[in-house]
Amino acid sequence: MSGDYEAVIGLEVHVELKTKSKVFCPCSTEFGAPPNTHVCPVCLGLPGVLPVLNKQVVELALRAALALNCRVAAFCKFDRKNYYYPDLPKNYQISQYDLPLALDGYLEIDTEYGSKRVGIIRIHMEEDAGKLIHEGEALNPGKYSLVDYNRTGVPLLEIVSQPDMTSPEEARAYLEKLKAVLQYTDVSDCRMEEGSLRCDANVSVRPAGSTELWTKTEVKNMNSFRSVQRALAYEIERQIGLYEGGEQVVQETMAWDEAHGVTVPMRSKEEAHDYRYFPEPDLVPLRIEAEWIGRVKEHLPELPDARKHRLMQDYGLSAYDAGVITASRDLADYFDACVAAYPQAKTVANWLMGDFSRLLNSYNLEPRQAPVSPAELVELMVMIDRGKISGKMGKTVLEEMFATGKKAKDVVAEKGLAQISDAESLRPIIQEVIAANPGPVEDFRQGKEKALGFLVGQVMRATRGQANPALVNELLKESMN
Amino acid sequence: MELYNLPVHELHRLLVERQVSAGELTATFLERIAAVEPAVKAYLTLTREQALAGAGAVDDTTGRGEILAPLAGIPAALKDNLCTRGTRTTCASRILEHYLPPYTATVVERLEQAGMVSLGKTNMDEFAMGSSTENSGFGPTRNPWDPERVPGGSSGGSAAAVAAGEAAYALGSDTGGSIRQPAAFCGVVGLKPTYGLVSRYGLVAFASSLDQIGPLTREVRDCALVLQAIAGHDLRDSTSAHVAVPDYTAALTGEIKGMRLGVPREYFPAGMDPEVKTAVRRAVDKLEELGAILEEVSLPHTEYALPAYYLVAPAEASSNLARYDGVAYGHRAGGADNIIDMYCRTRQEGFGPEVKRRIMLGTYALSAGYHDAYYLKALKVRTLIRRDFEQVFAAYDALVTPTTPTVAFKLGEKVGDPLAMYLSDLFTIPVNMAGLPALSLPCGFSQGLPVGLQVIGRPFAEATVLQIAYAFEQATDYHLARPDLGVRGEK
Repeated sequence: MSGDYEAVIGLEVHVELKTKSKVFCPCSTEFGAPPNTHVCPVCLGLPGVLPVLNKQVVELALRAALALNCRVAAFCKFDRKNYYYPDLPKNYQISQYDLPLALDGYLEIDTEYGSKRVGIIRIHMEEDAGKLIHEGEALNPGKYSLVDYNRTGVPLLEIVSQPDMTSPEEARAYLEKLKAVLQYTDVSDCRMEEGSLRCDANVSVRPAGSTELWTKTEVKNMNSFRSVQRALAYEIERQIGLYEGGEQVVQETMAWDEAHGVTVPMRSKEEAHDYRYFPEPDLVPLRIEAEWIGRVKEHLPELPDARKHRLMQDYGLSAYDAGVITASRDLADYFDACVAAYPQAKTVANWLMGDFSRLLNSYNLEPRQAPVSPAELVELMVMIDRGKISGKMGKTVLEEMFATGKKAKDVVAEKGLAQISDAESLRPIIQEVIAANPGPVEDFRQGKEKALGFLVGQVMRATRGQANPALVNELLKESMN
Repeated sequence: MELYNLPVHELHRLLVERQVSAGELTATFLERIAAVEPAVKAYLTLTREQALAGAGAVDDTTGRGEILAPLAGIPAALKDNLCTRGTRTTCASRILEHYLPPYTATVVERLEQAGMVSLGKTNMDEFAMGSSTENSGFGPTRNPWDPERVPGGSSGGSAAAVAAGEAAYALGSDTGGSIRQPAAFCGVVGLKPTYGLVSRYGLVAFASSLDQIGPLTREVRDCALVLQAIAGHDLRDSTSAHVAVPDYTAALTGEIKGMRLGVPREYFPAGMDPEVKTAVRRAVDKLEELGAILEEVSLPHTEYALPAYYLVAPAEASSNLARYDGVAYGHRAGGADNIIDMYCRTRQEGFGPEVKRRIMLGTYALSAGYHDAYYLKALKVRTLIRRDFEQVFAAYDALVTPTTPTVAFKLGEKVGDPLAMYLSDLFTIPVNMAGLPALSLPCGFSQGLPVGLQVIGRPFAEATVLQIAYAFEQATDYHLARPDLGVRGEK
């Protein structure tokens, strides 16, 4: 970004709530079922049906509101948002307009300048729409489109932030943190690839240090945290470019084109919808008693920040390590399970942040889906500690465990990877290496320590990495002196 | 009297005494329908086979010596905006001409459990928007008292079916008078219950905050029996009230001595039919004679009820009817180039002029820049109207008014003048705006056509309303009059 400008970013996040049934009918919310199998007259919006609010939706929404430090409204109501689209069977969405569930919260994020508080304007409940599958380019133009109503009526929370973020990195940090909070509280899976978390961004730029707000654009169609970051970076540069070139930014909705890495206009302010909101007459206003709020608050699980501090205090982890581990509730749970059986927390943290995370990413798995259980990882670490295998070999074993789902000791046995820590077995090999490398042996005797490394390498190579390196070191010195 | 002209409670007695079987009763009504339907056109769909099967099942029950429920084996008609699984439900609209609901409305389920024999689905103004049944997409229903006149609306088919002996009772729906006004025009009893007393689940919505389902019957006792069967909380309707349902027939004592009844002066405006006014004044005298205390009262915001209603109801309708888009069910226009074109053509072809008018009105009233001046203002007026009633109900047990300013008008008379048509609901609309229970019953004749008396009660005071109506009915004989349809065999 040019030094003279700063960005102003606000995010609107939609998350699907982790309820078993939909928000206004008993249909299942399960993802991935055959099209139009989780539907009933109510979510299909057939003539004559009426919505009945799922209490669990309110429960989860309350959890999110409290975890995000919001004020819960004692009285809220539902409204109809009217617009025509073929994935919306009633051609209105039941949402909340002027009296949402919760207001005025905040989320602490870590930035390069330290911790920062991002305000949350409001949180409201609404229903999701269906999914369109186009034959052809799009709905229009296109040959025909099919509608899958399974997702219609799945409960959503819309979480609207203040325009408190000033860089794409901060926006990403906000999303990561929001995801962690919602996962910790079991409110949502927050899987952007399954559409259970969606994000739209409002962005403008202004002279650095200014407090005025310049014209903003809304960026849509970003389907990963990375694409949010990329899209914002592009859009900020685009806006700066316009001002620099003496042009103005037009208030409009932009779509992020992932393939080309650009934002393109979708619709301008003049074409903006008039949603004609009015109170949903088929539902009664919702009065949330203080007692209910108190109960939810009392049962809130440990949140990411608290857990991070606990990891730092109890295990002496660095702020960075604790931050990485607690960014995902899954990973933090995995960590806790490991350290319960294996108290060397730093070693556990290194494994989890290193090879374990790398393997999860390459298999596209969440920690809880890992083919290696915490107990199995602990077993591997113990084998290394006891000298059964080398630390380097341990990485290979873990890879094999991921690939086959086998236990460490079975992998070691089957592949013959056990470390050779027996001096008698190693001596003949050492003699061979000494005989075959008179040059380096001579160098070592002359005091060139570096030559020892080469000779150790030769022994390791001859034993296919199985020799205990410390022992090899010792035996080599002994034989050459 | 012919079987088809008897009230429900009489038919029940005959069934219990085995003087007639449900099968015979149903056959009688089906014959009657065959005879008079060409002149009345009360039905859109007849469910003859279903009716006979239902009657057979009831006869099996009596054969086993089981006690018959009050509505068991009684042939009835359902307004065609009540969803019936597997039986087409059109709302008298071309857009739903072939629509088969996959589920049944709560009220229909409850009546089926009570042993109803369903004869069919009755004609109405399209999507219940109208006061004459002329807005039906399938042709008008005629008033059994004069085929040149309308039966009222929107539940005109239901009212005419009961008046013509084509059903022992019927269900209608009332958003601004759609049960009471046709009941008045056809000389039958019609009750709009308190908002929330009867489940709306399965009633195709017109204006959700105003719609209520209720009975149309020949006599007040029948009305109590049908209400008993359909009232009560329903988990599927969030707006249905958690109230205990009393025994409504227990209120039918004939006794109203000492009851305080208000007669709102705003319900006798200049320009209303003088004969209607006279008939209602005479009814007021009759109630006084029966021992009630009648006093003039005032509901000062009455004149604003109609304009406010024509903002609130169309606003909700514009949203409720948005779903008829040709995407998943109902009529879909051919020849469209794109989705917007498909929506436009479908709705252009599928909806009649009155429905389009109200969608336009409602969309406008909710639009940015107009929302506060129209929709919000109308909600405030609604609160004032409710307060008017609350104030008089602090001192009075019920109110009595004319149901309509005129008797049934001629077909075509008001079609070209929507405002004149809307005025027909002048006295019924405030009741919906306040969510109150109100009943219309016959109280005289003007030009040989029935006049309706409206009894308005406090919220959930249906028992009181029925008590007053019953006392009046039993002291008069208007309920015994039957129209002469000039059909062979008629007495």
